[in-house]
Amino acid sequence: MRGVCTRSGSLSAADFYASAIYFSQRWNETNSDFPNWVWIPCSRLGAISEDEGYLVLEKIKLQTERNDSNLELNNCDSCANDELTDEATLVDVHSHDAHLYDLHIAYSFTYKVPVLYFRGYKSDGCHLSLDEIKEELPSHSVEILQKSKWTFMTQEEHPYLNTPWYTLHPCGTGDWMKLLLSSTSYGDKASLIQYLPAWLSVIGQTVGLRVPLELYSPS
Amino acid sequence: MEEEATKYIWEGAIPLQIKLHESEITSFPPPPPLMILGLRIGYLPLLVPPLKAHFSSTLPPGTDNVWFDYKGLPLKWYIPTGVLFDLLCAEPERPWNLTVHFRGSPGDVLTPCEGEESVKWSYINSLKEAAYVINGNCKNVMNMSQADQYDLWQSLLKGNMEGYLKISSRLKLGPFGEDSLPSEASETVASSRPSRIPVRLYVRSVGEEIVDIEDAPIIDSWDKISYINRPFEIYKEEGGYVSLKQALKSLLPETFNTNSSQEESSTNVKDPNAPDFEDDNAKLRLVRVQGIEPDMDIPFFWLANCLRNPEFYLHICVFISKQPKLI
Repeated sequence: MRGVCTRSGSLSAADFYASAIYFSQRWNETNSDFPNWVWIPCSRLGAISEDEGYLVLEKIKLQTERNDSNLELNNCDSCANDELTDEATLVDVHSHDAHLYDLHIAYSFTYKVPVLYFRGYKSDGCHLSLDEIKEELPSHSVEILQKSKWTFMTQEEHPYLNTPWYTLHPCGTGDWMKLLLSSTSYGDKASLIQYLPAWLSVIGQTVGLRVPLELYSPS
Repeated sequence: MEEEATKYIWEGAIPLQIKLHESEITSFPPPPPLMILGLRIGYLPLLVPPLKAHFSSTLPPGTDNVWFDYKGLPLKWYIPTGVLFDLLCAEPERPWNLTVHFRGSPGDVLTPCEGEESVKWSYINSLKEAAYVINGNCKNVMNMSQADQYDLWQSLLKGNMEGYLKISSRLKLGPFGEDSLPSEASETVASSRPSRIPVRLYVRSVGEEIVDIEDAPIIDSWDKISYINRPFEIYKEEGGYVSLKQALKSLLPETFNTNSSQEESSTNVKDPNAPDFEDDNAKLRLVRVQGIEPDMDIPFFWLANCLRNPEFYLHICVFISKQPKLI
């Protein structure tokens, strides 16, 4: 079965759960200056699921051109000296109009891939509109958004919370994950555990989430 | 038989009585509500043109931002009208009384609707998703010409079944079941692939003490409804036919986990005087598809072929009661 999965670029719900737990542990170990990813089990009709749920990363700043220029003005001496400093550690420096984001990763039973859901907030807690989010997205994402208004990134209902979230359409995910996984030297079993870090290395770039390189070294 | 069923579905409509929210009435006497038929397979925002025509003279100044509510519950516009009715009206209300708003919008709760375009794209995305469930890819939908996409949508808007079927049949998305057997050449890969049917389940929990489903309390929050968008899967080797009841149990595994696996020691001896509980955690009280309450033993594939919506999804409303746990 595992072979079939890497051939198609998708993964089963059970593998998603395993990869999510592995990924969140690795992230929390390697990225202590960032908030942690937390697994939220799905609760349905009073029954809490053992293995269905979603990953949550809340109140983070994204790596955007706008934020980078703010950070330069904040004159951090240690980063001038140490070029190897992971830029993610600078994210805690607040500017007046800091925009924070919540990122959720849920599993799509249709496409059998992870799906990203996200929301942005102003410092007063108001939700960011699509136009405001566009100002912060990496430029290549904005280009795609201009060309495909309805099929790349849209507002949809979160699969577990009854609220609107922005999401990246997952129908192409299987295709590029297939390429990504086939280019690794991992055996099938190892590659499925690494599915989420691999997936996030691509998706993260779409929204400006910096993923630390240590995440990819063996634990 | 299936052609008749398709016709039945396309002709199904809910009589609606839609009033304007009182905060938006600026004229006296207030305008009467609009009586209008809502196609079961249609969507509420598509009724905006006649609603606007009816209410425009009394609306306060401002830009339109249309949304609907039923007894205070904002309605999710991307759910087909017939499904909303079957789910929210435990006892079918004729006409169904709704309130329309042209101003404001519970933006934190309801995904915003920018009119017909929003509905169209939500629809196309559902069709794409259904194609992916059925075929393992959405190529046939993605490759539809602009003209075909336009005609398909217009046919749905106007309730034009023939026009719609002319285009949708070219997508080769049905029927579910026997016709999806893999060809000889691809058997080695495809034989490990299950048959999948696009299903959307809407589950309401009703108290055990409610004897008549029609007395179920009004829903005041979408948190009281579980929405499950998950394909039904079955491997060919499993053989036989799957009943509706079996299909529902496989789609809601936690809901129907047997009690006996949790309390092995206490359930071995059955007291003949004890009430007759089913083995499961929950009991199916009512199942509605296209306004019909199907027999629970009906073959699931056949039901899906007859009663699915035009975008190839089978929408099922389920009312359940939790069983008290055996002590």
